[in-house]
Amino acid sequence: MNDTLNLLIGLAMGLNLLALGTSRLPVLIRAVAMQGVLLGLLPLVLEAHGLDWRLVLITLATVAGKGVLIPFMLIRAMRTANIARELEPFIGYIPSLLLGAAGTIAAVALTRYLPLLPEHAGNLHVPGAMALILTGFILLIGRTKAISQVCGYLILENGIYLAGLLLIRSTPILVEFGILLDVTVGIFVIGIIVDRIQRAFDSLDTRKLTALHE
Amino acid sequence: MNAYLLIIIPLIGAVLAALWPRKKSRPLFLPAVGLVHTILCFLLLAKPEAVDPAVWLAFDPLARAILPGVSLLFLVCACYTVGYLRLKEQDNRVFVPALLLVLGLLSAAHQARHLGILWIATEAVTLACVPLIHFNGTPKSFEATWKYLLVGGTGIALSLLGSICLGYASLHGGGSGDITFTALLEHGPNLSRAWVLTAWVLLLVGYGTKMGLAPMHTWKPDAYGESPGIVGALLAGGVTSVAFMALLRIKSVVDAAGEGVVTGRTLLAIGLFSTLVAALFLLRTRDFKRMLAYSSIEHMGILCIATSLGGPGVWAALFHVWSNGLTKGALFLSAANLQRVADSSSIDDVRGMSKVLPRTSILFVVGMFAITACPPFGPFFSELLIIRTGLGAGQGWAIGLFLVCLLLAFFGISRIVFAVVDGRPRLKKPNPAHLKESAGLILPPLFLLAASLWLGLFTPDILKGAWSAAVLQLFPIP
Repeated sequence: MNDTLNLLIGLAMGLNLLALGTSRLPVLIRAVAMQGVLLGLLPLVLEAHGLDWRLVLITLATVAGKGVLIPFMLIRAMRTANIARELEPFIGYIPSLLLGAAGTIAAVALTRYLPLLPEHAGNLHVPGAMALILTGFILLIGRTKAISQVCGYLILENGIYLAGLLLIRSTPILVEFGILLDVTVGIFVIGIIVDRIQRAFDSLDTRKLTALHE
Repeated sequence: MNAYLLIIIPLIGAVLAALWPRKKSRPLFLPAVGLVHTILCFLLLAKPEAVDPAVWLAFDPLARAILPGVSLLFLVCACYTVGYLRLKEQDNRVFVPALLLVLGLLSAAHQARHLGILWIATEAVTLACVPLIHFNGTPKSFEATWKYLLVGGTGIALSLLGSICLGYASLHGGGSGDITFTALLEHGPNLSRAWVLTAWVLLLVGYGTKMGLAPMHTWKPDAYGESPGIVGALLAGGVTSVAFMALLRIKSVVDAAGEGVVTGRTLLAIGLFSTLVAALFLLRTRDFKRMLAYSSIEHMGILCIATSLGGPGVWAALFHVWSNGLTKGALFLSAANLQRVADSSSIDDVRGMSKVLPRTSILFVVGMFAITACPPFGPFFSELLIIRTGLGAGQGWAIGLFLVCLLLAFFGISRIVFAVVDGRPRLKKPNPAHLKESAGLILPPLFLLAASLWLGLFTPDILKGAWSAAVLQLFPIP
């Protein structure tokens, strides 16, 4: 179990670096989508011996939501806004890549000192979650285009989802479903807003959103 | 059962309102549903039902202590909205159902006894508010909405992470990972300390963002400034009280885990910081709706300061939730009247409103005295109680700083209010389409002010009892 788990999470962590280093939005969106699919498969790995229909349903819903539906909406928003790359981020691509890499190393190194249950101590589960959350924040803060920020938010959500999987044996399934639903709806709304901002400002650059300040 | 009714009735109302074909009569759904909700709430307040500890949603003592006030505020705002929407050209097919949705979800969040349900309801309220904030459809309102979504969304994500940590604290402490508040409280002393503290930080930041505590308050002035007045009133009186209640419930769990000193200190620090930041910004701002947002940040800080003082402080905080919600509601509604006529909310454009809208101006000035805690309105008595509790608890320095902030806030608010009301009329449009100060636009804020006055002078025993019961629920005598 640990090998497959580590492989999936390791790949997801690698996609972090791709997301941090690219200036091309389609690449960023695809990286986020791939990450969503990889993480969506995790419940099957974690609970391989106790598969039931609810687990399969959750997996399907997560993969469809994170891997298909949301990326599709983002690609559409990107096309309507007619942008393919982000030119001037707040935090450059190389610095964000270095920050992300340093954060990932720190996450792996620090996990040893955290009080963890034996089944979570020896694998990439916790450091993976920390690295994803950190990457999400770097993108949220460091990017200027609304769609890139949404991608950052999605990576942050992915990290929290990964952390939530620590409780998969004990937390009622209803809560997980609610989480999933809310995330989807939330992104849906964000997508609409992106669309509206674009119509109002003729651009998706959040730096133009500066009329309101103190 | 009744707990579910409070949630289901507004949701059914929202669906019906969305299907209703007539734009003109659709707003009438708001007072109708609001009235049923308020009556039900006050019936439940008067006749408390026994609560099954294991249940996920219930009208428990803490819900009894706050939800009726929110419901009353919604009802009054709903009555105001009918007149407000009559003067608006935009379609209200989204606005009216979204308001009802917010009411239903607020009821769910107030009654949630499960960390996950609480989180889902809070997130859903956040999303339901989105169409409300950009109702006016201006570029500025889109900007405010984007900021609200991004900051609020990140906050809510962190509170989910905190909830997961709290579940892990239970699991690591040998528990089952059950995240109902009852189970967490019972399991309290066994919860893993490190994870409880991590959870507390994340949840404080997360729900603190929703509450609008500094430095996570950045969305608030924009959202309050650009959204219609009723939305501001509901955000300030309803949504923030959900986040505050979430913090109260979480604090009781962390205290039960033996970290009461940490929660007290962090709440005191963040409360004082919020009050100070709000007071300083109040001295600078030139916009009377953003002023209300900073005042809301100030009052959220006051709630945190009160809560940090333990049981008696929480009692005073619950009192303050009521007095702040009702008073702030009155201010938002009268500010909405002013903004409608002046077509601006900046004191650079709006002057001499006492000549243009005499009745609204009186309400605005009286509301200002009420919110800055002048006697004999509700906020005066609740803040006096907080100060007395603080001095009794030996927090002299904190209370001293708190009083300085209150004084600064008073200067800031009165400066803006008098600038708007006083002097020669100066408006953006030289000949504004005069708004008639009809009963529908004057009576709701008047009623809220009267309620605030009544709350201060004759705090009803039934409310006092409900607050005491809530404190007892949160901090059972060991």
